[in-house]
Amino acid sequence: MPREIDALMKVKDLPAGFTAEPGSTLEFKTGDWRSMRPKLDREKCIYCGFCYIYCPDGVYQDMGKDEKWYKPDFDYCKGCGVCAHECPKDCIEMVLEEV
Amino acid sequence: MAAKRIGLEVSLAVSEAVMLCDADVVAAYPITPQTHIVEHLSELVADGKLDAAYIPVESEQSAMSSCIGSSAAGARTFTATSSQGLALMNEMLYIAPVLRTPVVMAIANRALSAPINIWNDHSDIMSVRDAGWVALFAENGQESLDLTIMSFRIGEDRRVSLPVSVNIDGFTLSHFIEPILVPTREEVAKYLPPFNPLVKLDIAKPVSIGMLGMPESYTEARKATDDALLASKEVVKECFADFAKQFGREYKVVESYRADDAETILVVMGSIAETAMTAVDEMREKGEKVGLVRLRLWRPFPVEEFKAAIKPAKNLAVIDRHMVMGVPDGPVALEVKSFLYADAARPSVSNYVLGLGGRDVTREDFWHITERAKAPDAAARPRYELVGVME
Repeated sequence: MPREIDALMKVKDLPAGFTAEPGSTLEFKTGDWRSMRPKLDREKCIYCGFCYIYCPDGVYQDMGKDEKWYKPDFDYCKGCGVCAHECPKDCIEMVLEEV
Repeated sequence: MAAKRIGLEVSLAVSEAVMLCDADVVAAYPITPQTHIVEHLSELVADGKLDAAYIPVESEQSAMSSCIGSSAAGARTFTATSSQGLALMNEMLYIAPVLRTPVVMAIANRALSAPINIWNDHSDIMSVRDAGWVALFAENGQESLDLTIMSFRIGEDRRVSLPVSVNIDGFTLSHFIEPILVPTREEVAKYLPPFNPLVKLDIAKPVSIGMLGMPESYTEARKATDDALLASKEVVKECFADFAKQFGREYKVVESYRADDAETILVVMGSIAETAMTAVDEMREKGEKVGLVRLRLWRPFPVEEFKAAIKPAKNLAVIDRHMVMGVPDGPVALEVKSFLYADAARPSVSNYVLGLGGRDVTREDFWHITERAKAPDAAARPRYELVGVME
């Protein structure tokens, strides 16, 4: 007996022609293949915005002038480490993603 | 019907059929022996007799890509190709069925290279038989025209919504002038309703077509297409029946000729059936209990109809026009044998590959095949024979 796969759709539920409604990619969280994640040291952060600018996936959100930091969105962060590489204050460390 | 037969090259008859069906888009690239079909279509468009966009693409890969796009946009779409052209379309051929785009394509069947050869056999279509298209084989000129008209209705039927290929033997059919009944636009319009697509690119109701299928859904998407293809057989039969009602020409998914009491049945596809029928008549005159079964519908394979047609046979001689390298069987024989394997009472099946790269298939070939297929000594009966090969 083959194992049951938690299929997204069954044959009878598939739309004709395997089409999709616009905007459906919003339902997919693409951060789940991450093996490393950025760990931030907010004490050292100078709110320069390098991580925000350099992130190739735009996952850093500006938390604003009061909080003065940038928060990664882990639904989409792939753990590439560009932010850690570019941070001028070395306040981002890449750590192993614990599943 | 006060129709009159006119002498018409079969390629041109196919083009005329496309005009009568009022196709919206023709995207094609010329290749022998299919060229006359699209050449005449470009003429019909240029002369204002067919109100269609003719896209002179730079390759067959682009031809099929354009066809899929225009069909998805709701346009009645046609193309034609042969051999290397069909091979160059390969990746797009597998996409059209899953996207459910009912493109109609005439294939003037021609041998695949190498060695380069422009003449007739079935190696082009047989090499893409798994792509998911409905596939029909014509025997003569009239049938080539009729099947082209019916293909639009079969493919566009919302229960089917799949691409359809009309296979006509290169040169043997495509370049012959035959007496053909050409229906009027009004008659065809009565038979063929306007195209109302199942899947459509529509600004008012946008969808994405050509989605990524992850491991979690790829199997299901392929199965949905296969289900539609298998279910299309009943629609094909319905379209054939309605055509007979309106035009008086009757077509079946599997044709039989003098097979009711035949001990040996020849199984063929395409234009060689006409030669085979002559050979059957000659052998019958000598008292030979031989008959003929012809597959008009190749995909989906009409298993039940085929089995019913070959029922009386003790010996089945399956004739192939394509060599499957590395396996001692042609494609038709491979499938016929697999269908019969589980049946307790099955005929002896032998396979004959012939007529490759335009080599003539004659009455004598069918006499020879019949002799071989009914050889009383099973050991003398070939499992597989490449007929006439000079070793």
